[in-house]
Amino acid sequence: MNYKFDFGPVIDGLPDLLWGCLGTLGLALAGMVLALVIGIGGVVLRDSPYRALRWLVIAFVELIRNTPFLVQIYFIFFALPLAGIRLDPTPTAIIALGVNGGAYAIEIIRGGVQSIGKGQIEAGLALGLHKGQVFRLVVLKPALRAIFPSLTSQFILLTLTTSIASAISAYELTSVAQNIENNTFRSFEVYGVVTLLYLAMSWLMMRMFAQITARHFSYPVK
Amino acid sequence: MNGSEFLFLLTGLKWTVFLSAIGFVCGSVSGLGIALARTSGIRPLEQATAGYIALFQGTPLLMQLFVVYYGLALVGLKLDAWLSVAIGFTLHASAFLGEIWRGSIEAVPKGQTEAAKALSLGYVSRMRDVILPQAIKISLPATIGFLVQLIKGTSLAAIVGFTELARAGTIISNQTFKPLLVFGVVGALYFLICWPLSLYGGRLERRLAAASR
Repeated sequence: MNYKFDFGPVIDGLPDLLWGCLGTLGLALAGMVLALVIGIGGVVLRDSPYRALRWLVIAFVELIRNTPFLVQIYFIFFALPLAGIRLDPTPTAIIALGVNGGAYAIEIIRGGVQSIGKGQIEAGLALGLHKGQVFRLVVLKPALRAIFPSLTSQFILLTLTTSIASAISAYELTSVAQNIENNTFRSFEVYGVVTLLYLAMSWLMMRMFAQITARHFSYPVK
Repeated sequence: MNGSEFLFLLTGLKWTVFLSAIGFVCGSVSGLGIALARTSGIRPLEQATAGYIALFQGTPLLMQLFVVYYGLALVGLKLDAWLSVAIGFTLHASAFLGEIWRGSIEAVPKGQTEAAKALSLGYVSRMRDVILPQAIKISLPATIGFLVQLIKGTSLAAIVGFTELARAGTIISNQTFKPLLVFGVVGALYFLICWPLSLYGGRLERRLAAASR
């Protein structure tokens, strides 16, 4: 092997790469917020008394979970302008991430809601809480405790998924890396370092979520 | 979109299935090795495989493909695009399947290992005849779930430049200027492969849950 490694371009591009990391985290965070909104809304519709609504949510979840994110983001990228919505690639990527993450969030949140026994809800109603209060206090809080670990690992997965948003050149780490690579041809060095950056990000997130779980979402006594 | 364009998509679909199959089969073989090393009780082996798994679970698949693609070229291996992509998916699958099967091996009750030892079964026979058959049953839903992930993941080979279903879609979409129709059809083709697998995996999961209750 007579290849000479040259990390010079990577070191020169390090500030750009770190900004790219922020872009990735921002994209993931915005996508996750949207995913949670879709997730909560989806769960409410999924258990609504209208069969058509229920089937719509089921179809949405199955469709998103059984097609690649790359195809979804392309579809949304081309569909939005046809619907008269002109957006930059980055907001488009956020929508795609939110839609994708939302389908998984529906399943996770629903699992948490179902883990609340029916008797608990009836007890809440019997105590004179109205429906909103029962949902917030009796269903949501314990359910959050049950779903927090799955939601956070979904968040980390979504962060890794943001790299696919480079396909529509949204602003995040992978597209920054591709720019540097195009200008310097140091492909292996650039992508190697960027891989380590992703690893560092997901590791930090994992540690952070573990701390939060231990502090706020673990059962006091078990 | 006319017939020949649809046929082009089907050719892409063929490569998607082929790539998924290679990644899954080769990844299963090496993944089994990783799962066994991860549960071997030999510290350095366990730590090395734990690191390997953490590396693949903590980085995007796209980066893994890039690094393998350019890394192999750098070592002096002049490989076809499809071969280096296949190697990338194999490594990816081996890490994820290794982790799934580690969990399943550990989920087999400890008494089974102890009973096998008491019967003086050696390691090979203990694993092959006692632990693994039970572990496989436990692992099936998650394994099928991962297979669906892998099939969807092969779409990223498109970004590296390999013409499978997603890239075939991009090409046709650029030719016909009907991106919505083309990507709708492409999405439907993926759905037709993945959905039955997901349903089957879900059914196995429910059956397993009912059996263990």
